[in-house]
Amino acid sequence: MSTAHKYGDHVDTDVIIPARYLASQDEKELASHCMEDIDSGFHSKVRNGDIIVAGLNFGCGSSREHAPVAIKASGISCVIAKSFARIFYRNAINIGLAILECPEAAEDISDGDKVSVNFDTGLITNETKGKTYQSEPFPEFIKNMIADGGLMASLKKKKNEKK
Amino acid sequence: MGMTMTQKILAKHAGLPEVHAGQLIQAQLDLVLGNDITSPVAINEFEAAGFSSIFDKRKVVLVMDHFVPNKDIKSATQCKQCRMFAKKFGIEHYYDVGTMGIEHALLPEQGLVAPGEAVIGADSHTCTYGALGAFSTGVGSTDMGAAMSAGYTWFKVPAAIRVNVTGKKRPYVSGKDVILTLIGKIGVDGALYKSLEFSGDGLSQLSMADRLTISNMAIEAGGKNGIFPVDDITRDFLKGRVSREWTAYSPDPDAEYENVIELNLDDIDCTVAYPHLPENAHPAREGHDIKIDQIVIGSCTNGKIEDMKAAAEILKNHHLADGVRGIVIPATMKIYRECMKLGYTDIFLDAGCIISTPTCGPCLGGYMGILAEGERCVSTTNRNFVGRMGHVKSEVYLASPAVAAASGITGHISHPEEVM
Repeated sequence: MSTAHKYGDHVDTDVIIPARYLASQDEKELASHCMEDIDSGFHSKVRNGDIIVAGLNFGCGSSREHAPVAIKASGISCVIAKSFARIFYRNAINIGLAILECPEAAEDISDGDKVSVNFDTGLITNETKGKTYQSEPFPEFIKNMIADGGLMASLKKKKNEKK
Repeated sequence: MGMTMTQKILAKHAGLPEVHAGQLIQAQLDLVLGNDITSPVAINEFEAAGFSSIFDKRKVVLVMDHFVPNKDIKSATQCKQCRMFAKKFGIEHYYDVGTMGIEHALLPEQGLVAPGEAVIGADSHTCTYGALGAFSTGVGSTDMGAAMSAGYTWFKVPAAIRVNVTGKKRPYVSGKDVILTLIGKIGVDGALYKSLEFSGDGLSQLSMADRLTISNMAIEAGGKNGIFPVDDITRDFLKGRVSREWTAYSPDPDAEYENVIELNLDDIDCTVAYPHLPENAHPAREGHDIKIDQIVIGSCTNGKIEDMKAAAEILKNHHLADGVRGIVIPATMKIYRECMKLGYTDIFLDAGCIISTPTCGPCLGGYMGILAEGERCVSTTNRNFVGRMGHVKSEVYLASPAVAAASGITGHISHPEEVM
């Protein structure tokens, strides 16, 4: 079970990971600054496996892949939002960060709620409120890509399987 | 059902007779772009995957523009990694200090993008080239790394919104005011996942500089791309820049648009987007209570020679107000030289501004104009998110070069008419 950390609409990539840290590609360093401009306590309060819940257009702005990387390296296992900005959506899948679009869950889940997610079925369970929400599960190839650790890891695995 | 401009270009590059919104396709690419922030991540992925070649050394473009001339050891290391990669694979279009410019000003200037082409770039403002009638969109570094090897990528074919432009541009109004007005109408997710396709008899009023600025900020409405039809203005711009063959695509008469937005230029005045979202559009005339500390004129959005001209015309025989810092950044070395030849640099210096070599620096709070707590900047850049240009409690107001220049002179947000 994971703890939900809740945010509003239009959480942009500049607050997910400010550009002043973009000279680094070190995941741990990026994670240590994740979300700090809107939630300075984020890094210290997130536990491995926790989830982010947010409103509309999560990840809008820059194409920096450092944003989903920083979230993933913070220990976040999934982001649930009403909608995602398209480049963030693509980047998250490519680097193996699970994301689910589910307006109902994103509206209803409160900060601190205990939540579990079944990626096979897309079912989101809010243990605190005793409610469930159905999201559209990913097609098989996307699920596999996330399970393999992202696009490149998945390509590499395919290449090795051919050998 | 007919296809939009974007859908036609994607169908052509996917080798399909037709595509429809929502379809997943694999498309060949004419250009793959990266910069000094995103390319190192892509190169790491490329190398980790064990790729040993790039698909076409003429079709990968690396531009060192975000943190150059290097702001610190880390950014120098990132550029060094790109430089070595470019050398190793014989990448023809590698741009470093001395030849570089801000990528989305540089590529059109150098004729690297033509109508009908398909371009991805690991930079969100790659959508700029829609101004030329190309399909271009921003992706992440992993997509760039994979595409440098494969020469193709996957897309979900976007649905589209048609923006019908009519009327006549008012004095001092530019492409920036048009796009800020549009984003103000539809919101920062108003075109999420979709194409913005521009049409209408008002397009004859929009110069290529206006169009490049408008397409550049399609992403600020969440758009996948923002595209203009090819006309005489496009053809004039391409003359002397692009010699290869290209194709102009027009939408089918029965192309499917989810909705049509009417934009009458007669109704658009100089516009400023207040913090902290580009959709917070306000008339420049109503900003006199907002005192400012800095102006920035430049960026991939407004660093073109036309932008420099607009700022110079306002700043001529004026000086910045007490306490206002002025930072002018011509977007390419060619523009930099033209500013000197045309006397703009003298005007900027006389007005009390500094002139930097091309860099994205201040736009994303990298360097060259970072704001302290409580400071305000009128900037011709594209984003005004929390902390974008520095301290979390600083504020960025997005505007055109003419409005930024006028505001610098008065010390508060101003319509150019206030000083002219």
